[in-house]
Amino acid sequence: MLHLVLFTVFGLICVAGAINLLVQTHPINSALSLVVVMGSLAVEYLLLGAEFVAAVQVIVYAGAIMVLFVFVIMLLNAGAEERSKGSIVALMLGVPGMLVGSILTAWVLVKHSGTQPVALGALPGHPKDIAQLLFHDFLLPFEVTSILVLIAIMGAVVLASRPESIEKTKKEN
Amino acid sequence: MVPLFYYLVLSGILFACGVTGFLIKRNIITIFMSIELMLNGVNLSFVAFAAQWHALSGQVFVFFVMVVAAAEAAVGLAIIIAVFRTRETLNVDKVDLLKL
Amino acid sequence: MATSLNDMMQTVPQWSDYIRILPEIVLSLFGMAVMMLDAVMDESKSQKALGAVALIGAFGAIGATLYQAQYPFGYGFWEMVRVDAFSIFFHFIVAAVTAVVILASFEYMEVQRIRAGEYYGLILFGAVGMSLMSSAVELVLIFIALEISSIATYILAGFRRRSATSSESSLKYFLLGSFATAFFLYGVALMFGATGSTSIFAISRSLESGNISLLAYAGLAFMFVGLGFKVAAAPFHVWTPDVYEGAPSPVVAFMSTAPKAAVFAVLLRVIFEINSPVPTRMWLIWIVAALSMTIGNIAALVQNNVKRLLAYSSIAHAGYILVAFAALPSSGIPAAMFYTAAYAAMNVGAFAVISHFGGEGERYVTMEDYAGLGKRSPLLAVTLTIFLLSLIGIPATGGFFAKFYVFSAALQANLVGLVIIGVLNSAIGAYYYLRIIVAMYMHEPKQEAPVAPIPMGAGLALAISVVVTIYLGVIPGRVLNYAQQSVSELTPVGQVVSLQAPHAVEARMATNVKKALAH
Repeated sequence: MLHLVLFTVFGLICVAGAINLLVQTHPINSALSLVVVMGSLAVEYLLLGAEFVAAVQVIVYAGAIMVLFVFVIMLLNAGAEERSKGSIVALMLGVPGMLVGSILTAWVLVKHSGTQPVALGALPGHPKDIAQLLFHDFLLPFEVTSILVLIAIMGAVVLASRPESIEKTKKEN
Repeated sequence: MVPLFYYLVLSGILFACGVTGFLIKRNIITIFMSIELMLNGVNLSFVAFAAQWHALSGQVFVFFVMVVAAAEAAVGLAIIIAVFRTRETLNVDKVDLLKL
Repeated sequence: MATSLNDMMQTVPQWSDYIRILPEIVLSLFGMAVMMLDAVMDESKSQKALGAVALIGAFGAIGATLYQAQYPFGYGFWEMVRVDAFSIFFHFIVAAVTAVVILASFEYMEVQRIRAGEYYGLILFGAVGMSLMSSAVELVLIFIALEISSIATYILAGFRRRSATSSESSLKYFLLGSFATAFFLYGVALMFGATGSTSIFAISRSLESGNISLLAYAGLAFMFVGLGFKVAAAPFHVWTPDVYEGAPSPVVAFMSTAPKAAVFAVLLRVIFEINSPVPTRMWLIWIVAALSMTIGNIAALVQNNVKRLLAYSSIAHAGYILVAFAALPSSGIPAAMFYTAAYAAMNVGAFAVISHFGGEGERYVTMEDYAGLGKRSPLLAVTLTIFLLSLIGIPATGGFFAKFYVFSAALQANLVGLVIIGVLNSAIGAYYYLRIIVAMYMHEPKQEAPVAPIPMGAGLALAISVVVTIYLGVIPGRVLNYAQQSVSELTPVGQVVSLQAPHAVEARMATNVKKALAH
């Protein structure tokens, strides 16, 4: 019962945050609602028994990535979103496509695991076992992420650095 | 006891919210945040399925997804800064030198 | 808990594990070497030297791939990667494309004033991701490798720092690419939910044993959507023309071939390994293939910018490759592999020509600029003509056999409708490729000044592409045999049927060519 109550409360907070992200026009408000989503997701992970993931969620996602977002919003001095007409074609195709996709997916999920219940803290989440997986079975992906991070560093340096002579006024085409 | 289905639906809702945001938002940074929302939805389904199968590996996947999301965020925000420098706008509809 | 020495041995990667990722190791080491050298060398002198180091790295990767081919095939790193004829084929394509692109970038870097250290480093690191994708048999590793190759190309697309179009191209590629990645990942999650594993073989076993849950279908569909974005297949192609137009030409040569080859490798593995007779799945591919061919070719008809035109043509070619996916595994896999190789050779060549001809700031990219190229630079015009003829699918070029194998594979699977759509599309396609050729030879040049002579790096790149394109068009047997050999490792035994008819045609072709040479 406690499980269900906690799930419902934080699930609702989570969905509210997600919807708020869509409704808000100022990016900083959207960013803060995303933090709310991530925080309540961390609680959901805890309910499932994934303490490791919950901790990483708070530290990496809410802590590092969102700070980066807020930093860039402040750096670029982003104002409230302008209401401009987007591509009509994209909306015409995108919205029905998304509706059909979500209905199909929802149907598949309903069909899949009707009432299989999960107990509070169902996951075996001992850090030692996770370390065994991460540094043995998934050693190669783990090592390969170092290349990924290296690329990300190079990319950030290349793209964010100011080119020697920027020709802002002269546009091509 | 909570049915696993509830968790999956929650993750599906988050994913769908992300897709909607990607389609309707006009600010580049908010669009990027919508993508992060989609990834969060995926992470929740990974953990929920891991609980269903009693498999530890689901948690490890989430860890990898977070690493990738962090790398993506660093590069993406750098690209946004580069675009802002040349165009002075964050509205996707005004980034239109190349016609779509 | 005490661990014995024997346990220790099993928990540490063995020598064979490292050999299974040898090309990736070589590429990463050289990528790091390029970055280190960039830091210590004088910037004005370093461009060529860094290019040379990167080139050695790419050739080293080719050598490592050849070494892998001699070594017994098998798994590495606890069933994370699998080296077999199939992955070696794609490793080779990726490494060769990387080498040719680096050669084509030699002079481009100086003309466009691009910083070389990061550029070559990113190309090499991107190639790590691509070759890892073709050997990975674990969806999580595939995901990370896919991200490595994608993020590297997002950055490379924005490398013309002085141009607003380049950063715009980078932004569009990034936003739509990460959107697609999220879809792929959701597919992986659903697949994990359906089977409890992310290893392709474990998924395949689990699907074969029991009744397949809808969740697995949904997962496969989501993964297909995500990968469809990456190969620019039709409903998911909108980013392609914009990104190709704005990105630097050598980078387009790279990202229109190597990552696509790698993603096709993943698709081949996933779709054929999860080997269950599902008609709906084939229909999805059928529709996507038909749409890609039609939309790509029709939209290309009205383009005036040659880079945009080739972008639409690459959408169409993704469609042709997907035709092979809709066919039976036995003939479809080698056909798709051969097409990927031929497409890589001709498309890299075509974009190498464009990147040389474009000049500073890539000014000359429209159809009018290409008018009279036959007079201004006969050699450049002839090479471009060869690539365009191959893209049409004229006999004696790689493109001909590529299309031939794909359509005959589709015919074997009774996909007559799809073959008719494909052949009609090839006819439409011939029109706009010929339009460029006509402009080059029949129209009067807008300006008389001769084009800058082809420099050494670009010249070598063009020479390699021409040789490979013609080689695949005259003696395709060896490559095709290798592709067919790899099928037996991908599909259950007993389904392998060799392509009889193509061999006969190929023999006839060979004799015709010999006759022609004798005259």
